[in-house]
This record gives sequence, C-alpha cells and structure tokens, in this order.
Amino acid sequence: MIDSIDMSLVDWSRGQFALTALFHWIFVPLTLGLSFIVAFMHTIYVRTGDEEWKRITKFWMKLFGINFAIGVSTGIILEFEFGTNWSNYSWFVGDIFGAPLAVEGILAFFLESTFIAIMFFGWNKVSKRLHLTASWLTAFGASLSAVWILVANAWMQKPVGTVFNPDTARNEMINFWDVLFSDMAVNKFLHTVTSSFLLASIFVIGVSAWFLLRKREVLFAKRSTVVASVFGIIAGVATIFTGDTSARIMAREQPMKFAAMEALYEGQANAPLVVIGAIRTDTTKTPNPREDFIFKIEIPNALSYMVFLTPSGFVPGISDLVYGNEEQGILSYEEKIKRGAVAIQTLKELKRAKDRGDEATYTAMREKFNDPVWLEKYYRHFGYGYYKGRELKELIPNVKLMFYSFHIMVILGTHFLILSLIALWLSLKNRWGHHKWLMWVAILTIPLPWIATESGWLVAEMGRQPWVVYELMPTISAVTRLSPGAVQLTFWIFLATFTVLFIAEIKILVTQIKKGPGGK
Amino acid sequence: MFGNLSHLALQQYWFVIVSLLGAILVFLFFVQGGQTFIFRIGKSESERTIIVNALGRKWEFTFTTLVTFGGAFFASFPLFYATSFGGAYWVWMAILFVFVIQAVSYEFRTKASNFLGRKTYEIFLFINGLLGPFLIGVAVATFFSGSQFSLDEFNSVHWANEFRGLEATLSVFNLSLGLTVFFLARVLGLLYFMNTIDNENIIARSKKQLLFNAIPFLVFFLLFAVWLMLREGFAVNPETGEIFMEPNKYLHNLLAMPLVLVMFFVGVLAVLAGIAFALLKDTGNGIWFTGPGTILVVFSLFMLAGFNNTAFYPSAYDLQSSLTIQNASSSHYTLVAMSYVSLFIPFVIAYIIFAWRALNKKKIDEKEIQEESHVY
Ligand code: HDD
Ligand code: HEM
Ligand code: HEM
Repeated sequence: MIDSIDMSLVDWSRGQFALTALFHWIFVPLTLGLSFIVAFMHTIYVRTGDEEWKRITKFWMKLFGINFAIGVSTGIILEFEFGTNWSNYSWFVGDIFGAPLAVEGILAFFLESTFIAIMFFGWNKVSKRLHLTASWLTAFGASLSAVWILVANAWMQKPVGTVFNPDTARNEMINFWDVLFSDMAVNKFLHTVTSSFLLASIFVIGVSAWFLLRKREVLFAKRSTVVASVFGIIAGVATIFTGDTSARIMAREQPMKFAAMEALYEGQANAPLVVIGAIRTDTTKTPNPREDFIFKIEIPNALSYMVFLTPSGFVPGISDLVYGNEEQGILSYEEKIKRGAVAIQTLKELKRAKDRGDEATYTAMREKFNDPVWLEKYYRHFGYGYYKGRELKELIPNVKLMFYSFHIMVILGTHFLILSLIALWLSLKNRWGHHKWLMWVAILTIPLPWIATESGWLVAEMGRQPWVVYELMPTISAVTRLSPGAVQLTFWIFLATFTVLFIAEIKILVTQIKKGPGGK
Repeated sequence: MFGNLSHLALQQYWFVIVSLLGAILVFLFFVQGGQTFIFRIGKSESERTIIVNALGRKWEFTFTTLVTFGGAFFASFPLFYATSFGGAYWVWMAILFVFVIQAVSYEFRTKASNFLGRKTYEIFLFINGLLGPFLIGVAVATFFSGSQFSLDEFNSVHWANEFRGLEATLSVFNLSLGLTVFFLARVLGLLYFMNTIDNENIIARSKKQLLFNAIPFLVFFLLFAVWLMLREGFAVNPETGEIFMEPNKYLHNLLAMPLVLVMFFVGVLAVLAGIAFALLKDTGNGIWFTGPGTILVVFSLFMLAGFNNTAFYPSAYDLQSSLTIQNASSSHYTLVAMSYVSLFIPFVIAYIIFAWRALNKKKIDEKEIQEESHVY
C-alpha cells in the first residue's frame, strides 16, 4: 500500500504543514502572553485610575490587536489542512482528534473573539468592570484554545484513551478524560503556555528598552518593564521546570526522540548530559549516517540523573533502539517490524473474511483485537509493519536538527530568565535604563524567544518522525493522495502570501512602536 | 443523559447541530455581502471607513462560525471531513485563501506603513465577499448533485479528475446555489447597513442596491429550489445501506418531514418579508426578518440533504462510496462526549448576543468613528 506512494508528495505535504504551522506559531505565543500582560496592566489602571496606566494598556493592546489578526488568519489554514493534506490521517484518528478541535471552536474561539471586541471597543461603551472582565476573558480564551489543540497534539505523541476498531480500521475514543489529562497533554500545555508568556515578556522588556535608550516615554517604559519582568521571571522558572518534565516524559514515552535530541548512540548507565557541543555526520559507521561529537562540554551522570533521578539509570541510545538490547529488554526495530506486519496481516485477513462472509475466521481474528496480550505483543507495533522491506534509517529522526534545536532552546531559556531577573532587580533600584549596553542586550534579545519556541516545535514534531501517530501511523500513510504538483503549487502560494503578510505585519508593528503610546 | 441515546439518534443530533452552524454561517455572510459594497456604496474615504468599521465589528463571528463549522464536522463526521477536504482540494484551498486575506485586512487597512496600501486591503475584502459565499454555496450544492470521488477499502479518497472539485463550478445547478448564496449575502449586507449605520447617503444607496440584488437573488433561488424538487436524489436503502438514485428524492424528503416543510416556507416568507419591509417602509429592522428566515431555509436544506435515508455527501462517480450520516460518523463514545460539550452552545449564543447589544447600543456614524480609539 505504501509502496505506491510518491515520496515527493509526502515531502511536499510535510513541508507545507511545517511552513504553515511554524508561520502560525510566530504569532500565537505573542498573543498568548501579551493578552495576559495587557490584562494585568488594565487591572492596575482600573485599580488606580491613573491615566498613564490607561495609555500603557492601550499601547500594548494595539500591538496585541495587530498580532492577533494575523494569528487568526493563519490558524484557519491549519484547521483546513488536516483535511486537505492529511485526509487519511483525519479519517484514521478523526474520532479522537476532531473532538478537541470542535471543542476549541465552541468553547475557546468564540470566547476569545467575542470578548476581544468588547476589549477593543469597550472603552466608552461599557462599564469599567465589564471592560476589565473582557480583557481577562480574552486572555483566558486564548489559553483555552491552546489547551485543546495541544491535547490533540499530545495525543499524536502518546495515543491514550483509545482502542483500535478493526471493523472500521481506525482508532476510536474510549476515554475522553484519559485523552484530556494524559501527562503528555498536561505538560505540553504548561510548557507551551509558560514559554509563550516568557516570549511576550521578553518582547515587552525589549521594546521598552528601546524607549529607554531613546529617553522617550520613560515612565511608560519603566512601568511596562516591571510588569513584564515579574511575569517573565515566573514564566521563565515555570518554562524550565515544565521543559525538564517534558524531557523526562519523552525519555519514557519516546526514547528515540530523546536519544536523538542528545545525539546519544550507545546507551549507558551514568550517562552524561551534554551542555554545549558540536556534531558532524559520519557515513562510515552504523547506523549510517551517524553523528559524532567534534567537541562537547558535559556534566557527568547528569542525563541519567535527570531521567531516572539516580545516576545509575540506563539511558538507551539510538543503536540500542534500532538493533535491540536484550540485556535492557529493548526490542530491535527488525523484530518490531515483524510483529507490526503480523498485526497488519491479521487486519487484512479479518477484512477479507468479513467480505467473503466467513464467520469463523472473522470471529477468530476479531478475538485477537480484544486480547490484551496479543495487542501488547503485536498491535502495539502496528505502524512498524509498514516499514517491512524498507531501510531502517527511515525510522531515525534527523539527529543533527534535534540536537541543535533542543540545545538552543535550553540555552536561550536560561538567558531569558537571567535577563528578566536583571531587569526587575535594576528596575526596583531604579537603575534599569542607566546602562546603554544592557538596553542593547534587551533589544537584540527580542527575536531570540521566537528561535527558542520554533526550535521547541521542531524538537517535538520532527523528533516524532516518521510517525504522525506515535508508533501507530506512519507519516507516509497519512497523506492525501494528490499529485505532488498540486501540493507544490499551494506550497509556493502559501510561501508568497506569508512573505507579504509577514512584511506587512513587521512594518506595521515597527511603525506603531515608533509612534509610541502617544500616537494614534 | 446522552449515553442512553442510540447511535443513530446521536448521529442525527450532530447532523442537526452542524446544519444549524451552517445555517447561522450563511446568515453571518452579511459581512461578506457587505464587503462587496465597499466601493459601490462607499463613495468617499469616510463612507468607506464607516462601512468597513460597521462590518469590522462583526467579521470575527462569521469567521469563527466557519472555523467551528469545520471543527464540528471533523469531530462528528470525520469521513466527510477527510473525503471532502482531501478530495475537493482546490475548492477548499480557494475558500481558505479568500478567508486568509480577509482576517488581516480589517486590522491592517488604516494602519500606517501597511505595506500594501489601504486600497489593496479593501480589494482583499471585496474578493473575500465575492468568492467566499459563492464557493461555499457551490460546495454545498454538491450535497445534492454529487461529487467525483471513490473510497477504497481503507476509506482513502480518490478523486476522478485533477480539477479536484473545481469541476463543480461548471454545473449550472451548483452555480444556481452559489449565486443564490452570493446575492443573499449581499441582500443581508445591505439590510445590516440599514440597521447599524447612521448616514443618509449610505442608507439611500443601500436601499437602491437592495432592489437590484433582491431580484437576482429571487431568480436564482427559485431556479435552484424548483430544480432541487424535480431532480433525482441519492437515496439510501436503510436495510442494506445501498445507495440508489430516486426521482424527486428531495421533494419526497420535504413532504416526508412536515416540520422541515413548515420551516422552509416560514423561512422563505420571513426572508421576503424582511426585504419588503426594508424596501417599502423606512425601517432598519429588515435584517431581523431576513436573517432568521435565512437560518430556517438553510437549515431545512441541510435536513433535506441528510435525513430521511439520504446520502448527504454523495458521489456521482461511484455511487456506493457516498457518505451518509451513518457511515461517515464518529463512534458512539465520541458523539456522546461531544454532545455534552454541545450543552455549552446556548451559553455561547447568550454571551454573543449580550456582547452584540453592548456594542450596538448606538448607531455608527462619522462622529463615532472619530471618537473611537480602535478603528479599522
Ligand atoms: C498553543 C497554542 C496554539 C497552537 C499549538 C495552535 N494554535 Fe491556532 N490559535 C491559537 C493557539 C494555538 C490562539 C492563540 O488561540 C490563536 C492565535 C491568534 C488567535 O486569534 O487565536 C489561534 C488561532 C487559530 C484559528 C483562528 C481562530 C478564530 O477564528 O479566531 C484557527 C482556526 C486555529 N488557530 C487552528 C489551529 C490548528 C488547526 C492548529 C494545529 C496545527 C493550531 N491552531 C495550533
Ligand atoms: C503551532 C505549533 C506547531 C508547530 C510549529 C508544528 C510544527 C510542525 C512541523 C515543523 C512539522 C513537520 C514535521 C516534518 O514533517 O518533519 C509538523 C508536522 C505535523 N504536525 Fe505539527 N506543529 C505544531 C502544532 C501541531 C499541532 C498542535 C498538531 C496537532 C494537533 C500538529 C500536527 C501535525 C501534523 C498532522 C503534521 C504532519 C505530519 C507529520 O509530518 O508528522 N502540529 N508540525
Ligand atoms: C530552559 C529549559 C527548557 C527545556 C529543558 C525545554 C525542554 C523541552 C522539551 C524536552 C521539549 C519537547 C517536548 C516533546 O517533544 O514532547 C520542548 C518543547 C517545546 N519547547 Fe522547550 N524547553 C526549555 C525552554 C524553552 C523556551 C525558553 C521556549 C520558548 C520561549 C520553549 C518552547 C518550547 C515549545 C513551544 C515546545 C513545543 C511544545 C511541546 O512539545 O511542549 N522551551 N521543550
């Protein structure tokens, strides 16, 4: 079935999804974080009645509005794209995956878009209290929409709360709460929103620093910095904490992604953690290609400790996972492929028996899909079955990309936290703005959280490859059968549209910032 | 509560909800219809700004309803979502693009250094108004006329040609519904202006345009409705699930479901009454008749497409691949879970109405735009 797929179709479809998702994600985290920062400022204004706080609120609200619009216009693309480009996937998992998307629309998007109107237009039209409530509901609405989409995404990483129904040949939900409260989902939500809060804080600190450097709107800039740095510190600590939990969950649920992220080939106990390193591709060793360290700085035992909370824990490497490791009870990919193929074959036989009306065979095959032992032994590896006769390296994610993306995210996260701490510390001593070079650091830091946050998604999504649904559905079988040319065409149209929209957005934002809170 | 319902009852319940969302969406197309008048009715810069702002405070509702309509279809009838979106690729991509350019246009239009210039964003809005309702109308017409797909044993969609759904725009029947929705959206847009804007010129021009657009709307609507009643339809044998063509299927459906029949005719009357009031009397309330009337009519059309043993997403290419509310739906469990979520819908509608009224207390005029700090 898979042999008939044109790989360039898969690649273009992936490219298009990556393009649209990464583009959407430029705007989303700022929306998530800035909405809360605006709500804080608005609260201070309502509490104190100080007109300066109103000006501050309105300024950031305006930037929020510009960013929000483009977030909305790119979001709808993703929603359609599941159907247009991943239609096999949409059918295979629609029973689980569609539900959060629908809930998101009903509960979150309406909340967000209704109250955003009151937030923007309510200054003279509704009571101060209702207006403030609208700002808070907008912020909650934004984070609520994050909940649902991330639940859906987490399910793809760790498919829980579902069973495979061989009669319909798809997954069906059996427990909504398991899907909603899977540790993967909860943690993904927390890491994503807290890192978005951090991103917005860094944005506000950086923009304010520009005003301080120019010695314009000093009161406005200082007050904005205080709010943002307090928020940033809380969010920064939470980001690191939840990121660490993410890694721990990943080590358990997706050991291949974890090993790739650390470029760890040979598993070991007392595994060290690489803090900084550089790697190079070597095509003479197995698995081929293989990444070797050119140099690295590592903390002994730290990786084992991080995952197992004891230095003696064994962390499997890529080789262990591919070739198996009996001592550690790790099955080789070859074995998994064999077992997956058995599961696929069983499904085919079941279907044929049903079509011929062969009750006995049908019942026998159907039984297997109810037998927990058989499910664990064979169905669990269902997706691997598709890789029968294909090269093993297709099952290894891009190690270089994983390694660098992850390390960049972590290093930058530390930088943001330190910057927020310094900003608050000096602000409280009324010395933030006295050092020119610090202002420059803050300004130059503005784009960095975007690099961190997009890297995070690259780790999460590319590290999941080659699965769309982890170990159950390979990406190659998820794609809509289109002509590669059709997808190529839409890819380029998207790219052109995005380029134009992005330029417009940046120009408008920069102009609004330059006008400052006094401008209209 | 929902857990005790049969699977079929839940499937019907969800088809009703999706239909309701679709019906509300068509009503909310007044935003798109209104956008097609930016240049025709807005003769000066300030008039255009009034129009854009009147629409701009409502566009999010239409957009979000569209998104939710898609999401609800995905959750309740995933096979439809997979088949139609993946199959009729170009139609959905075209719809997608016209909505992508809409969302930014309001916010960016009057901003300084907006790169493309005010006029371009107005043209974006115009294109969205022109093509959005039309294409969605054509797509919905295929619920009655069928599409060119087949499904394999794993339910993967294969399309019979490389036009991927664009061929639907070549059918006169589909066009008749596309144009009906297009002119209806324009009529609704005009009625909306008459309801919310306080500006003599705009009101006078809207009134004049109303007649010009109501007539083609009626002509296309009659064409579509009569054709629909006469054409053969995609029937399902409830015992075997087999699909077959039945003459006058949709007429039979209408007669078999008296409630739908009543809704349909009450809806048509309300649509006409709203237009007549607006034309004959000096009232801005026409939209409060035509709007709900639209919802009733569109809702009954969806009922004709899906209920009474009918395939709602038929394939004219491979009859047995046609989708029905039974073979395209989610599992019992998911529909139950989703049904609990649907209990929030009245609550959502309540706060939308509340917000609408809070912001619409006063009509929009030039003075209001000048005083407002957030203008589009
Ligand atoms: C963690 C948060 C998050 C993530 C992972 C995504 N989004 Fe998003 N999305 C938002 C958070 C968000 C938001 C913050 O709530 C937005 C941004 C601007 C806005 O209006 O809401 C939004 C807007 C937005 C809209 C427009 C909503 C409207 O009508 O107002 C749609 C249809 C989507 N998104 C759909 C998606 C899909 C299908 C995604 C998966 C691939 C996705 N988003 C990823
Ligand atoms: C907005 C944040 C997100 C970003 C930046 C992101 C990023 C990416 C990237 C880079 C890819 C391409 C991977 C590859 O093909 O190598 C991808 C694929 C994909 N992602 Fe995500 N993703 C995001 C959110 C989500 C969410 C929330 C979901 C599901 C609810 C999701 C579902 C998918 C699917 C279905 C694919 C295509 C199949 C695949 O290649 O695995 N993504 N995403
Ligand atoms: C500082 C320490 C950090 C650690 C230890 C960390 C760890 C991780 C890990 C392990 C993942 C992958 C989760 C998975 O695939 O399931 C991840 C994903 C992600 N990270 Fe981080 N991260 C850190 C900082 C940051 C920062 C500073 C940002 C952005 C400002 C960020 C944004 C993201 C995003 C958006 C994702 C994708 C969503 C997800 O899978 O949770 N992270 N992070």
